[in-house]
Amino acid sequence: MTAAPAATGTAIGMSGVTVRFTSRRSQTTALDDVSLDIEPGEFVTIVGPSGCGKSTLLKIVAGLVTPTSGAVSLLQRPVRGPQKEIGFVFQKAALLEWRGARANILLQAEMRGMDRAKASRRADQLIEMTGLTGFEKALPHELSGGMQQRVALCRALLHSPPVLLMDEPFGALDALTREQMNAELHRIWRETDTTVVLVTHSIAEAVFLGTRVVVMSARPGRIIRTFPVELPAHRDYAQVMSDPRFDRLATDLRGLLGSAAANH
Amino acid sequence: MTENSLDTAGRQAAAKAAGGDPTAASPLASGTPTPAGDQVRSTVAGRPSGVGGRPPRPTLGRRAAAFADSLWRPALVLAVVFAAWWFVAAQEYVPNYLVPTPGQVWETMTGQWSELARHTLVTLYETVLGFVLAAALGLATAVAIAYSRTLDKALYPIVLFAQVIPKIAIAPLLVVWFGLGLTPKIILAVLIAFFPVVISGVAGLRSTDPELLDLAATMGAGPWRTFRKIRFPNALPHLMAGLKVAVTLAVVGAVVGEFVGASEGLGYVLLLANGNLDSALLFADLILMSAIGIVLFVLVEIAEALLIPWHASRRASVSLTTS
Repeated sequence: MTAAPAATGTAIGMSGVTVRFTSRRSQTTALDDVSLDIEPGEFVTIVGPSGCGKSTLLKIVAGLVTPTSGAVSLLQRPVRGPQKEIGFVFQKAALLEWRGARANILLQAEMRGMDRAKASRRADQLIEMTGLTGFEKALPHELSGGMQQRVALCRALLHSPPVLLMDEPFGALDALTREQMNAELHRIWRETDTTVVLVTHSIAEAVFLGTRVVVMSARPGRIIRTFPVELPAHRDYAQVMSDPRFDRLATDLRGLLGSAAANH
Repeated sequence: MTENSLDTAGRQAAAKAAGGDPTAASPLASGTPTPAGDQVRSTVAGRPSGVGGRPPRPTLGRRAAAFADSLWRPALVLAVVFAAWWFVAAQEYVPNYLVPTPGQVWETMTGQWSELARHTLVTLYETVLGFVLAAALGLATAVAIAYSRTLDKALYPIVLFAQVIPKIAIAPLLVVWFGLGLTPKIILAVLIAFFPVVISGVAGLRSTDPELLDLAATMGAGPWRTFRKIRFPNALPHLMAGLKVAVTLAVVGAVVGEFVGASEGLGYVLLLANGNLDSALLFADLILMSAIGIVLFVLVEIAEALLIPWHASRRASVSLTTS
């Protein structure tokens, strides 16, 4: 269902990316010499202490932030200015208060000038897939946090983007809803060939969802290590949680993150 | 899809609320969500229970009841004031040429109705035209200020400075420039109503969630689409608040314009009645002026209710008045 990116080459490429924010008196380095290549169809999760520039990294890929130095490419094209081939999900659902769930999803189509009938069908399909059926007309304030985030996810997927960027999308949800959303996201990713980059604070989420986990250090953000996740492609939440490989990786990550935080 | 029974229950509860089911609406509209529904929703949804379970859109009947309920208190106060006026005037504690009885005012109003109606229409025309122009100019200025840093720096201080000049003091100058016709009154109404529209418009347009703007950028939408679909609707609640202030100020502008030099309009009649010590006519005139302000204000309120039924301020108004 997704317009597949070229089979060869990277979906996202970053080399030597450094970002400095200069305010009147001080200069902060948000990202320091970050290089990362992501293959099409990968699910890369990024963990790191607060303020390590994880969100900035996503915004660089989206073309919303221009790096101070370094090269960024998306689908083998250099990133200059905001990119359209992506879907973006924030921690806040960021829905339009005055629109119902379905109309919020269709915002994507309206803003892009997509074909109405096609977008409408795709929206129905996504609503069904994420279990929002029956809530098409509900305004955001009438929806629970989990359902709001489902709407945001549908909106990000409406145009079948080859790359999905998610910035702590489930950070504000309770544990139960979060697990459920994790399972749903995993299924959606499996069923499409979308490349996903997900930033999270949760080690469990990072391991359950990722094919690769990238660990970043506190400011200035650097990539400390990258872990491949040796779990089956088709994952079940309960099974993964009791899998010894999950435990081992989670322990490694926790240790690494603990030392990363302690050094700063 | 993975779905547990809790979640299904939550959805049913929310669907009930969203559908405006009258049985669900009665406890919810009073601002206290049903404990069961709230519990389910907060468990599933991870929303703090204080935020979850907002009252749903109430039915028309409930709205009317809430509206009537909100009216009786001010109506009672008005009735008391009216009775006190009647009593004081009828007993002639104050001489009649200073405070006429309601009856005398009524006689004046009905006796000179055709004249008064003509003058009312003149003032109404000036006010409405002034308000509409102020709204259009104010919104355009607000957009310019919100979108352009240069215009922000160039215009905003001038708008603020211009607000400090007492507009009423400009009225004589306007009459000198534009004569005794309707123009100076309309201009004065525009000048006086302009400021709240600009301030509220700028505040509204700047209140857009930056993440929504980032999102719009990745959707490849141009500035016009982003304005039409996101920034403008988002600014409406602020803007409507500004327009409500502006419409009452427009009446002031029109009347003051008429004070300075006019041959028609309620301001002119007021000066005339004042010169003749015709307090009954003065009172009748005042009532008509207030009526213009009230009617226009209510019209803006209705426009607001139609334009932003989704906004928290409108949802809250129902639950507050029924408590």
